[in-house]
Amino acid sequence: MTVPTNLDVVRIQRDFPILRQEVNGRRLVYLDNAATTQKPRQVIDALVTYYETSNANIHRGIHTLAVRATAQYEAVRGKVAAHIGAPDSSDVVFTRNTTESINLVARAWGDANVGEGDEIVLSLMEHHSNIVPWQMLARRVGANLHYAAVKNDGTLDLDSLRALVTPRTKLVSIVHMSNVLGTINPVAEIASIAHAAGARLLVDGAQSAPHLPLNVESMDCDWFAFSAHKMLGPTGVGVLWAKAGLLQQMEPFLGGGEMISVVKPEGSTWADVPHKFEAGTPTIADVIAFGAALDYLSDLGMESVRAHEKAITAYAIEQLELLPGVQIHGPHDVELRGGAVSFTLKGVHPHDVSTVVDSYGVAIRAGHHCAQLLMRRLGVPATNRASFYIYNDERDVKVLIESLQHAIRVFSNDAARTAV
Amino acid sequence: MTLPEPQFDDLYRELILDHYRRPRNRGTLVSATRTVEGVNPVCGDEIRLDLLITAEVIEGIAFSGQGCSISQSSASMLTERVKGRSTAEALRALTEVRAMLLDGAPPASDLGDLESLEGVARLPVRVKCALLSWNVLQEGLTSPANVA
Repeated sequence: MTVPTNLDVVRIQRDFPILRQEVNGRRLVYLDNAATTQKPRQVIDALVTYYETSNANIHRGIHTLAVRATAQYEAVRGKVAAHIGAPDSSDVVFTRNTTESINLVARAWGDANVGEGDEIVLSLMEHHSNIVPWQMLARRVGANLHYAAVKNDGTLDLDSLRALVTPRTKLVSIVHMSNVLGTINPVAEIASIAHAAGARLLVDGAQSAPHLPLNVESMDCDWFAFSAHKMLGPTGVGVLWAKAGLLQQMEPFLGGGEMISVVKPEGSTWADVPHKFEAGTPTIADVIAFGAALDYLSDLGMESVRAHEKAITAYAIEQLELLPGVQIHGPHDVELRGGAVSFTLKGVHPHDVSTVVDSYGVAIRAGHHCAQLLMRRLGVPATNRASFYIYNDERDVKVLIESLQHAIRVFSNDAARTAV
Repeated sequence: MTLPEPQFDDLYRELILDHYRRPRNRGTLVSATRTVEGVNPVCGDEIRLDLLITAEVIEGIAFSGQGCSISQSSASMLTERVKGRSTAEALRALTEVRAMLLDGAPPASDLGDLESLEGVARLPVRVKCALLSWNVLQEGLTSPANVA
């Protein structure tokens, strides 16, 4: 490798059974990690081991299996807290995904705290999951939404955000790392802007939790939401962390088993946090296997994960820039960005790019990436996106570039002439 | 790299690339009696068809829009297939194209260049690209005239 890395990538690759296969006669090169990551053997084993040795419903039974399953499930709360630098694991709520975590806040906090004429500030680089729940809340309560601008270099326009936050602003909700641009937003600074106006700050950490060393206390956000499946864990597990005391002020989101203390015909009282927000039987096996994913990342060290991704992303950007007609959407400086790299090739539609590179065994994403407001801001209908993780290496970038060169040969020139 | 280049004969046949690079009937019709537009919200592909229909015959047709090679070449082929034909025949062609793309039926004998889209049926994610202009055509043939 000419790309310096402090991860033993060859050993890591051996931990991922799915990477051993061929796609279209080629070695699979998986570069769609911003959508979901692959799972190491350790996580798959944890799922199987749970069902083979510990399966029981949690928090209710007195029998041995129930106690064991409960202990394993609750232990993951502590691992999540450690991963994000949270002081108290009882502020960690398990949900289904980032989307559900954000919807939980919109319902359980928003309905009670955002009223008619109040304002919610988002940005133009948000994923639909950090737009639509607030549009729904705004419609329910009569609040107004405002979107902070994105600068031409793909960074957030902080002046625009500052100008939008007023005494009427109840909430600022911002993505930590853009799933399209890769941009890392200065959340601590945004927190001070929001808090100075008396507003709360939610940080969408779906793309940052898998890739950055994190500390929710130094970020000073009020909520932090992310998903297990984008960080080696199973699908079906999301996390909502809230600042100390905040969950206690929020009403339940879903009612049912587990979230109650006493149920009487005339009404019920709620369980303590975080269980107040975990109605019904959760996805126990997946939460426990998420624990194995967190162990895996913790063994590597998030500083090392970040350093590896900076190196591979810098190499990818350098190589992409050599292609004719390429445009990279987002900051080029890897200090300001993560490993999701969006690009377009002049005259070659992302769908055609994606089909050609797939024939090389390369998995990238083509489309609007659930960010239609940002696509409009960038002035493109869709982009290609390659996104990197711990098992990607220089070889993967080389195959991507080779396949892109082929796509350019097939489609460009003539195609560019006929483009509207 | 030592591996040979992958081939895309199945999907990107020369005819498709030819229609993509040199689209037929591209533009707008000032004399159109109907103008219809369609968008594929998943990928942002857009197709607009201008139709000049007189006495149930498509006397003129032009397409505009932007998108991938499959959506744009399919629209180009569509205009060639239905220009000068009756609306009934255009609807029959629509049925044949749908059968080929959605049901994997062998292409009907009179599809012409459209036969080259047969390989798209094996790529479900691209079928909607090929069908976009045909769905727009259906709207144009079944909705009332919207241009005086």
